[in-house]
Amino acid sequence: MNFNDRKYVLIAAVVFICAVFIMRLFWIQVVDQGWAARAADISERKITVYPSRGLILDRHGELLVANTPVYDIMVVPREVKNLDTLGLSELLHVPMDQVRERLRKARDYSVWKPSEFEKQVTAEQYAAISVHLYKYPGFYAQSRTLRTYPPHVGAHMLGYISEVGARKVEQDPYYKPGDVIGVGGLESYYETALRGKRGVKYVVVDVHNNVQGPFQEGRYDTLAHAGKNLYTSIDLKMQELGERLMRNKKGSIVALDPRTGEVLALVSSPTYDPELLVGRVRNTNYRVLQQDPLTPLFDRALQAQYPPGSIFKLAQAAIALQEGVITLNTSFACNKALVGCHNHPTAANVEQAVQFSCNPYFYQVFKREIEQGASKNRFEDAALGLAKWKVAMESFGLGHQPRLDLPSVKGGSIPGVAFYNRIYGEKAWSFSTIYSLSIGQGEVLVSPVQMANLAAIFANRGYYYDPHLVRAIGHPDSLNTQVQRHHTLVDDQWFPPLVEGMRRVVNEPGGTARAARIPGITVCGKTGTAENPHGKDHAVFVAFAPMEDPKVAIAVYVENSGFGGTWAAPIASLCMEQYLTDTITRPELMQRMLDANLIAEEKNYVKPAKRRRP
Amino acid sequence: MSQRDSIIRNLDWPLVVMYLLLMAMGWANIYSAAYDPDHANLFDRAREYGAQSVWIVVSLLIGAGMLLVRGEFIRNLAYPTYLVVLFLLVLVLLIGREVNGAKAWFGVGGFGIQPAEFSKFATALALSKYLSGLKTLKETRARVVSAILILLPVGLIMLQPDTGTALVSGAFVLVLYREGLSGNILLIAIMAAILVVLSLIMKESIYTLPFTDIQFHGQYFLIGMLAVFTLLGFLFVNKFVFKHRRKRIYAYLLIGLLGSSAFIASVDQLIDHMPAHQQTRIRVLLGLEHDPRGYGYNVEQSKTAIGSGGFTGKGFLKGTFTKYKYVPMQSTDFIFCTVGEEWGFLGSTAVVLLFGGLILRCIQISDRQRSRFTRIYAYCVASIFFLHLMINVGMAIGLAPVIGIPLPFFSYGGSSLIGFTVLLAILVRLDAERLEHLR
Ligand SMILES: [Zn+2]
Repeated sequence: MNFNDRKYVLIAAVVFICAVFIMRLFWIQVVDQGWAARAADISERKITVYPSRGLILDRHGELLVANTPVYDIMVVPREVKNLDTLGLSELLHVPMDQVRERLRKARDYSVWKPSEFEKQVTAEQYAAISVHLYKYPGFYAQSRTLRTYPPHVGAHMLGYISEVGARKVEQDPYYKPGDVIGVGGLESYYETALRGKRGVKYVVVDVHNNVQGPFQEGRYDTLAHAGKNLYTSIDLKMQELGERLMRNKKGSIVALDPRTGEVLALVSSPTYDPELLVGRVRNTNYRVLQQDPLTPLFDRALQAQYPPGSIFKLAQAAIALQEGVITLNTSFACNKALVGCHNHPTAANVEQAVQFSCNPYFYQVFKREIEQGASKNRFEDAALGLAKWKVAMESFGLGHQPRLDLPSVKGGSIPGVAFYNRIYGEKAWSFSTIYSLSIGQGEVLVSPVQMANLAAIFANRGYYYDPHLVRAIGHPDSLNTQVQRHHTLVDDQWFPPLVEGMRRVVNEPGGTARAARIPGITVCGKTGTAENPHGKDHAVFVAFAPMEDPKVAIAVYVENSGFGGTWAAPIASLCMEQYLTDTITRPELMQRMLDANLIAEEKNYVKPAKRRRP
Repeated sequence: MSQRDSIIRNLDWPLVVMYLLLMAMGWANIYSAAYDPDHANLFDRAREYGAQSVWIVVSLLIGAGMLLVRGEFIRNLAYPTYLVVLFLLVLVLLIGREVNGAKAWFGVGGFGIQPAEFSKFATALALSKYLSGLKTLKETRARVVSAILILLPVGLIMLQPDTGTALVSGAFVLVLYREGLSGNILLIAIMAAILVVLSLIMKESIYTLPFTDIQFHGQYFLIGMLAVFTLLGFLFVNKFVFKHRRKRIYAYLLIGLLGSSAFIASVDQLIDHMPAHQQTRIRVLLGLEHDPRGYGYNVEQSKTAIGSGGFTGKGFLKGTFTKYKYVPMQSTDFIFCTVGEEWGFLGSTAVVLLFGGLILRCIQISDRQRSRFTRIYAYCVASIFFLHLMINVGMAIGLAPVIGIPLPFFSYGGSSLIGFTVLLAILVRLDAERLEHLR
């Protein structure tokens, strides 16, 4: 028997198998791209190289904001073996059910790629964890940095960093989910400079997730550029002192260098320790701060707007002199029938009017500014006068947003013709309707930054620079060139007499702010009180020093403190002394300011009968 | 003309060239799989490619040496060789080194020798010798002796245990078929395979007898189904088949039913007594178990590596997926992954075609022999290579169960390289002598 034909069975089988194999290979290698994608998914990693965020320093190079390392505990689910859930739970202080839940989430995301298991373990905690971490295969630590605030001050002006929101990710292609972004303050305003430029590295990892080398010789990699440092003009010591003095008080301190417009201190109280909004505790603390009835998150220095009270008289007098409606020696009787006043000698000239802060005097001044006789109709006349006045007033940096390098700065309000027409109707209002403006009450609103700027204008005798916090970005010598000098519409000659008035406010008997004196330094200032329909009046004090060569201009605003000379003036005095002499020569005054708890007082306070205070 | 000249002139060069080509490609792939830029020396024995280089030289020397051995001498040494290998297989069980749970190795210095790899050519020689002396395979005695020749080494290898190598002996069933074993046996084997798969699949589920609470495992359901079909067969035969032929068909049906039931029951027992990892492998292959980190994981990784190669591959030494150890056993059982990843569809197709060509060439050589011994031996060689190709590449691309057998000339390991070289060299030498019988 011959079985030769049977060889064809084997031949057919060989041909068949080879054909099947080739078709199968064609399918998985050419048609089905899923396998190639899986290989890339498993063996290639995109590593984002986060640049360190720029530091923020004060004018002497002291750190206001620095970076500190923290550790994220990562997990690669595929490598987790014989997990001691209880041990891990105790090691990381994560509840058992959370351990399981997070592991499940990580697995859902990817069994190959690392997921965050526990975020932001501090360096101290990590020291305790790291020695045990080897017992948990699949878990490892990845370091990154958090913000830290060595002096624990300046929460409002510095802002904080937070994980970027979904909407921002959509709008700005730079941001990826999980990135951080500056929120509020300098962190937000200078976000682009601070964040630097992210780099990307593509690497190939082996089965143990160890990086084996760059993907395709690093062809697709990009370099990371470190964030730039911000060199601010803040004087850390004055800032610290200001925050201490403002403790248990509501209000703000703004200090400027009148010669440059640099912000020396920016205090908003009540404030909070900026460390509260760092890392894992941020969300919890943010909620607490948000619900605090004292609104510590509200930046009073930039966003609060108050009637300026008597400090407004400085600008009123300057404009009146410029427009020639009064002379240096104009005198008005203190006629309390027009508007309330306190007892003082009659102001013989404009210097004394400032010194005594005489309300009826400025009633008359404002009346002359408004009623200049340009029209026979007193309504039309008032409109023409107010329009002119508004332009002059705005040249003092009022009624429009200061070009400060911080987000959400309020511009206050100088009411104009349109404003009153809207309220009362055209030609339906006259001087008698708006006379409150004469003494800084009524519809006029000024922010603390603008108040400090007003002091700077008088320090400079007629001009100001845009107030700003950042002197240089990246390198201490790369000065901020955005700052402009603005001259008021009042000629220089009208300022010295008013400055003399300010000197008298502080230094002469009968001045309203004798508490602001600094031994050996001539301080010029002006107190103000703003009516507060909800409680005790708000007090304000603006000042600059030294008189001859002003180096600092300041505005201190203390809510519900009554009279400006009581709290605001001493606080301003202490701050300026600290800045100018680097010492405090009046410890008992300082202690009295520190001890004062105006917030506690406020609760027991019953509003007294209405009266006006200078 | 000297005898040596005529031998060289009569060598089957296509086969020799394919052999050398496959070995060269195999070496390149091992080099790539184990490549380490710090140890680029081709003969660095600390690296797999260094050791493989040494083995290739050794194999070439042995292969060349085999070509000098006269065919008559080979034929005479068939049984002694077989006995020596059997002896080695017993010896390795007694004094062998245990690697990965199998006592399969003799340690010789730094190198290891796996006698099981030599059992392939030894059995091929013995079987060829025995079958060439027979007139027919119809006698029971002839079948029993053939079965013993095949199963003796299989049994010893199973004891190591090395299921993969033992399974390759299935190749000899094809030889027996070629030499006249009833086709029914092949048919029964295929039927048996189907029954195994079915019973394994059904074993997983539990059935409830209708209208009762009696529950039983799927394999009994399968037996029940077979019984029902047999009964239907009886009825069919009773109605449509002539009376005088019915008895015979009844007998076949009954034997079939009993045989199948017994077979299913014994498969059931066999599976239950298998090592757990073998059970899992089988279950994963049948899609009964999905465990990405278990035994299916190997295949998944292997397919990923091959699939990532695309049409033209990533290029020599650039197969990152295999290079960074994502594929287990990638220089031995899963060496085809490196081929797939670095050379892509073109390269892997070329390798498959080259193996196909080698096998078909062996069949062709078999066909032109006048010597029965050489013809059967050539067929043995073809079948052995065929089984290796089918299982090894099949498992790498997810078409065959994960059975640990090497891809000839590609997988790392000296014993298999020497074994396959000797297997081919004997064939080339015997073939070169085919014309001498004309004298
Ligand atoms: Zn008065």
